[in-house]
Amino acid sequence: MPSSSLASTMQSHFISGNEAVAWGARLARPHVIAAYPITPQTVVIERLAEWVAEGQLGSEFLHVESEHSALSACMGASALGARSFTASSSQGLLYMAECLHYASGGRFPIVMMNANRALALPWNIYGDQQDSLTLLSSGWIQIYIEDAQEALDMTIQAFAIAEHADVLTPVMLNLDGFVLTHTYEPVQIPAQEAVDAFLPPFRAVSKMDLEAPTNMGFTAGPAHYTEFKVQQHRAMLETTRVAAEVDAEFARRFGRSYGGAVTGYRCEDAEVVLVTLGSVAGTVRDAVDVLRDRGVAVGMLKLRFMRPFPAHEIEQALVATRAVGVLEKDISFGHAGAVFSEVASTLAGAANRPVLLNFVAGLGGRDISRADVEQMFVDLIAATTQPRERVRFVNVQETNNV
Amino acid sequence: MPKPKVRPFVRPSSPKTYPVGPCFMAGHLVETNASWRSQRPLVTVELCTGCQRCVRACPDGAVLRVGTGVAIDYDFCKGCGICVRECTVQAITMVPERGPNAV
Amino acid sequence: MSEALSAKLSLSDDELFLGHKACAGCGGSLAVRLALKVLGERTFVVLPAGCMSAVGFLYPQLAFGCNAIISTFAGTASMLSGIAAAARALKLRDYHVVGFAGDGGTADIGLQALSGAIDRHENFIYICYDNEAYMNTGVQKSGLTPLGARTTTSPAGRVAAGARSRKKDLFEIVAAHGIDYAATATVAHTYDYIRKVEKARATVGTSFLHVLAPCPTGWGIETDQTLEVARGAVDCGLWIQAEYEGGHYRINKSTRRFKPIAEHLTSQKRFAHLGKADLVAIEKERDGRWKRIQRLCGAAGG
Repeated sequence: MPSSSLASTMQSHFISGNEAVAWGARLARPHVIAAYPITPQTVVIERLAEWVAEGQLGSEFLHVESEHSALSACMGASALGARSFTASSSQGLLYMAECLHYASGGRFPIVMMNANRALALPWNIYGDQQDSLTLLSSGWIQIYIEDAQEALDMTIQAFAIAEHADVLTPVMLNLDGFVLTHTYEPVQIPAQEAVDAFLPPFRAVSKMDLEAPTNMGFTAGPAHYTEFKVQQHRAMLETTRVAAEVDAEFARRFGRSYGGAVTGYRCEDAEVVLVTLGSVAGTVRDAVDVLRDRGVAVGMLKLRFMRPFPAHEIEQALVATRAVGVLEKDISFGHAGAVFSEVASTLAGAANRPVLLNFVAGLGGRDISRADVEQMFVDLIAATTQPRERVRFVNVQETNNV
Repeated sequence: MPKPKVRPFVRPSSPKTYPVGPCFMAGHLVETNASWRSQRPLVTVELCTGCQRCVRACPDGAVLRVGTGVAIDYDFCKGCGICVRECTVQAITMVPERGPNAV
Repeated sequence: MSEALSAKLSLSDDELFLGHKACAGCGGSLAVRLALKVLGERTFVVLPAGCMSAVGFLYPQLAFGCNAIISTFAGTASMLSGIAAAARALKLRDYHVVGFAGDGGTADIGLQALSGAIDRHENFIYICYDNEAYMNTGVQKSGLTPLGARTTTSPAGRVAAGARSRKKDLFEIVAAHGIDYAATATVAHTYDYIRKVEKARATVGTSFLHVLAPCPTGWGIETDQTLEVARGAVDCGLWIQAEYEGGHYRINKSTRRFKPIAEHLTSQKRFAHLGKADLVAIEKERDGRWKRIQRLCGAAGG
């Protein structure tokens, strides 16, 4: 990797996932931060508030009175061409659900960190992915982060992707609640000058301007609405290309690349692959290694982007598999996990017709152990010879083990 | 801007040529509201004192200051009749828009 | 009582809200039109879902001549806050930020955001055009629908005749936040309204105007009655002209004797069903409201 004098000024710090996001947001220099506290996101906005109070970050910090207002305020700021940032989780994310559609339809390139957390009821503050996976249709780019370094780097990259003229779509960065948000790891924090060189000021295409006034957020009836939606959908599809360009440029300047919409681990010759997203990928890699040591040809496919959905990359990666499992921390009641549904529909026409199993685990913060994941691979292999229940909850307290 | 003009609208040919998101120039008008009227106000210029009460009272901005008097913008007048009520010297009267007594 | 004609106003000729599709005689559109003449074209306008946004922004007919955006229904004051913050961050100069929201969008679904914005001392003007119901969706009851008024969700039936609850004291609620400037006004008392918009424009911080804007469609009056009915409301004491400035309340127009309410109310179809007992209740409620605000004005003021 070519080094630059700017990149070599990076410093390493022992910080949490939340703090890494806060650093990424700080380095991106948003004009406006509007956020409402909710566990386990709070540390993100606390750090930002500290830096603003110390004069180290010049953003306008709005103590809004709800999450709905947080995103409304960000949209107002974005409508003037200002860069804006917010963060939320679960209940708060759902409270602003109306605004998620508003922001994506309005083509406001806002960046929001979401601390993935279980949804009430019952109340549960721990990490699972139900909140963001419930909102896949909201029009936001959705990225799933594995570790703290990626959290910082992708926060910066998110602004570059969102604000790109071919994209102009808001980005949701998902970090597993507590497991990633509150876990400390060594993280390289780039120098401000290096980030400034990578991420230029936001040049809005659509905005309110005193010299060239506009009307925004207007109504479009049956004669026009469809065209706006098609435009929005196509911009989302452009994101895959733009995200790859942004990642390549980031790699050039900072020496770190994250490999695109999906990343495979020992997938190339795998007969059985477990698809997953977020921080559990680390555990899955360990399980893959254990099984590989036993001579079993397994692999992992990690989805970094859920929107736009990397259908083509998934098809390509799984073209030679006999069994594909999807490990996720959500369930669409009465059907299956959202990720499984989308992976399964992507593979519907696949010539190799792999067996498909959904492993719903980790709900409400329940731990997923390496042994659990090893068992998933065993189940997958067994499923190639005997039919198995397609959608399975892992580690349920029941007298009869299914 | 003093007052937007009505202009012809050509529908964008594809999603690509639509405005990016719902954002478009301010004051863009493609039609008038004249067809709403069933009656219209007529100003008797000689009686008008130029007090501008009617100008300030029109919800549609369809009564214009012209010299020392006023005139009606029939493109945007909806015929509500508020100007008639507000005039203290009866300088405005309402007449039918259509029918035998129409002007 | 009409205004003194000698108070000649020099209002801009600019029409910044033109070509909209509001009903003939719409009070709300007059409130918007006049305020924008005072604020001028270097203004950022926010409107939530409601009459004024619905009639002003149907692509490709865009009636606002200045910068304007529709917010979510609940989010007017928070979108205004974001705009105010961005304008500061971008170091913009010589501009105004104003929101126009209806009674429902302000006192009901929008109240949380408004409260937060005032609390944060945000720099914008918020104008509530009060037509006393959710008019844009077809005349449903709001928190500012007055006692006895017939709406589609508070019909005049045998068991309940019109709205059974009183109008929220929105002006007092806002003033209780210690807002920098607040006032009530009507679209008929033009000079008073313009003066108050000018005061709001000059205020550093948050200002709030609560404007009575009669709706011929929803109130059941002729399209040319809009301003007369607004005057009637003030003359009957049903609408109080007041200000809250520098921490003090002030009643602008006090009168010893109110005009009788019966004729004023029953000339509006939404009140046509009222019986004697209803009118007594409305009078009592009105008198109570005057007493409360006079107490707020205190011994020195009023």
